[in-house]
Amino acid sequence: MTRFRVAVQIIPRRGLLDPQGKTVRDALVTLGFGSVSDVHVGRHMVVETDAKDAPAAEASVRAMCERLLANPVTEDFTIAGVVAA
Amino acid sequence: MKVGIVRFPGSNCDEDALHAVVDFLGETAVMLWHKDHDLHGADVVILPGGFSYGDYLRAGAIARFSPIMQEVAAHAAHGGPVIGICNGFQIACEAGLLPGALLRNAGSYVSMPVIIRTERTDTSFTGASSVGQLLRMPIAHGEGRFTADEATLDQLEANGQIVFRYVDAHGNATPESNPNGAMRNIAGVTNVGRNVVGLMPHPERAMDRALGSQDGVVLFESLLVAANV
Repeated sequence: MTRFRVAVQIIPRRGLLDPQGKTVRDALVTLGFGSVSDVHVGRHMVVETDAKDAPAAEASVRAMCERLLANPVTEDFTIAGVVAA
Repeated sequence: MKVGIVRFPGSNCDEDALHAVVDFLGETAVMLWHKDHDLHGADVVILPGGFSYGDYLRAGAIARFSPIMQEVAAHAAHGGPVIGICNGFQIACEAGLLPGALLRNAGSYVSMPVIIRTERTDTSFTGASSVGQLLRMPIAHGEGRFTADEATLDQLEANGQIVFRYVDAHGNATPESNPNGAMRNIAGVTNVGRNVVGLMPHPERAMDRALGSQDGVVLFESLLVAANV
């Protein structure tokens, strides 16, 4: 078993209203970043877990996302990276 | 009737629920600690409002793992009445006892009186109400925007699982009367069995004339019908 550090990004599902993202976008536009068309605010998590290899670590964290870390009704997640800890 | 009121770390409407049941309804209540492993004979369970477990991860997401929630889920599975109010509604959705999810409001945090319309009277929390009845009570939440995919919403409509809608003074579900951007103005829903009901507004804060509304009384009286004791 090796210890892996698996990074996950969880963001509001596309198409659902994201008031937090919209507020941040408006603030950026007010600051002069007029080219910003959209912002999505989500969460970044790093899970340290033991697994036999990197694909196993990723599969394990994917299951964690489906069961707890992301809300299946409203959020999407992507595995952003898997590295040996 | 004996009502069990679950107290999670961070619950803050538990005493209001107790006050409503004991002082206004004249029934018995028992406080249930989140680490309890039994319902202490409760006929009805209330999941009160607050910020259970600090709203860590997502509102309601952690509470479902507490020991008492295993008992609450079993009670619900056997048809026992379970009422989720505000954070309790979020917990019930996260626990899979109710469909959908409650997202951050379209606007900001809202604390104000709203009017809701009873859509169904065949649930554990509306048996003493009437279809179309308008009820005035407060809301106070930052994450109350009821959300589900279109297919689920259509199914909820078809099954008659939408229990309350935000409406204006004339009883119309308008965009202006929707305080949080909830899909289809939904303020409360029930499960297929109609024994679990969740709503964002606070009926337990609308029991006393001194607080501006007694429209919550009819909902608590409905528990007597549901408990059948």
